[in-house]
Amino acid sequence: MSILSLQNVSKSFESLKVTDGVSFDVPKGEALGIIGPNGAGKSTLFNLITGNLMSDNGKIFYDGRDVTRVPAMRRCLNGVGRSFQIPQPFEKLTVFENLVVAGAFGRDTSEAEVTQACAEILERTEMIDRANVPAGQLRLLERKRLELARALATDPKLLLLDEIAGGLTDAECQSLIQTIRDIHKSGVTIIWIEHVLHALTSVVERLLVLDFGRVIGIGEPGEIMESREVREIYLGIEV
Amino acid sequence: MIWVDTIIQGILLGGLYALFAAGLSLVFGIMRLVNLAHGDLIILASYLILILVTATGMNPFVAAIVAAPVLFALGWLLQRFVLNRTLGDDILPPLLVTFGLSIVLQNALLEGFSADSQRISLGALETASVSVGSLSFGVIPLLTFASAIGVILGLNQLFYRTGIGRAFRATSDDATTASLMGIRPNRVFATATGIAMIVVTISALYLGTRANFDPSIGPARLIYAFEAVIIGGLGSLWGTLAGGVIIGVAQTLGAAINPEWQILAGHVAFLVVLLVRPRGLFPRGND
Repeated sequence: MSILSLQNVSKSFESLKVTDGVSFDVPKGEALGIIGPNGAGKSTLFNLITGNLMSDNGKIFYDGRDVTRVPAMRRCLNGVGRSFQIPQPFEKLTVFENLVVAGAFGRDTSEAEVTQACAEILERTEMIDRANVPAGQLRLLERKRLELARALATDPKLLLLDEIAGGLTDAECQSLIQTIRDIHKSGVTIIWIEHVLHALTSVVERLLVLDFGRVIGIGEPGEIMESREVREIYLGIEV
Repeated sequence: MIWVDTIIQGILLGGLYALFAAGLSLVFGIMRLVNLAHGDLIILASYLILILVTATGMNPFVAAIVAAPVLFALGWLLQRFVLNRTLGDDILPPLLVTFGLSIVLQNALLEGFSADSQRISLGALETASVSVGSLSFGVIPLLTFASAIGVILGLNQLFYRTGIGRAFRATSDDATTASLMGIRPNRVFATATGIAMIVVTISALYLGTRANFDPSIGPARLIYAFEAVIIGGLGSLWGTLAGGVIIGVAQTLGAAINPEWQILAGHVAFLVVLLVRPRGLFPRGND
């Protein structure tokens, strides 16, 4: 059964069509990678899935329900979590407070109910020793980990990761990949936008290629990377 | 000795200005909304307490406790259904709407209560004082100052020790991201304005018992509140208290030199602080 299903979803900013008739299904428990050149509409696609943007037409189904017009806050409560490409922590709150706020409101429960879970998430994401530091003082890798941790605090069933590996060293990237693998193994469905291909292909089961707002390929990563269209458009190689 | 007495009176008066300013600062700090009707809302609350006192004969402090939830609800509804619609990237709409609200409130109060000045009577408490050595302090100014400290302590506890406080800080930081964490920014804002209205009720109690008030004096109180907030450094509550005290002391010192200088001295002190510390005494880190 699919946890997420997009049917012919489109979005324009004035005359620019950023998402153009996108349709795809994500089965529950899958890890799906999304690639595409800059400006292909990847982040916009995430904004449509989280509800930060409303689609102009088409339908979005999440967990069997039509959520096309459901606001972002409600989708979060139903289990859509997201990390931003440019980390956006609540800078004046400590790392732990960032998680507690997300946990209490994202699960619609009290702070006391989520403190234990939040501490465990900090442990899993290797951020526990930074728990009481104001988020504004974190370094890049820590900010990325906080993005991930805070998204996890809302107890997502579907986790959207937006270029979380970009800008990290190889060693940092490897440990982040391991964390994401663990999260995937625990049963969370993941959709991951990434330019760092080796990071992506070491986790995802399928790859979706976006170009000018259209889906130009979806399937097993090896096949996708071999296809002539993808190589021409994405890698810029004349075949 | 007269100077010590004057300065202490000024510090205690600063408590009242800090109360005016705390509500303004709370709303500004959380949603970057400058409420130009803040002074008029204080006057509205004073009239509500006055009505309760005259209609039922209850003690003004009890009347304030009765009025507080009514004003919380009013603030909640005002934010939820009017002011939230004005918030956005453009700072002009909330200024225009609250300016309009200020005029509407002044005229509605004028229509309802006439231009006659009123006062909430506290009976014997009004003139009660306590003596320490050769100095004596009015009980009401002392209560006012203690209430200001209580309000600021309470708001700080709320901000740093409760879930709604963390939601306030998270939403103030980034409302869009907060909504992705399941926070409803519109409701958070409504609650914040509701809480600001409770502070307004406390301010109104002391404003109305300290001196006469009439429907037109709100904007002048708003100016003191603004100055206290700006001297303190936008958004810092303890800074707001310091700002209130600076204006209070400047006013009483000015008045001691020449009664005509009271108001002017407060504004001059404000300008001096701006010249020396353009971002206020306790500016917030990085915004």
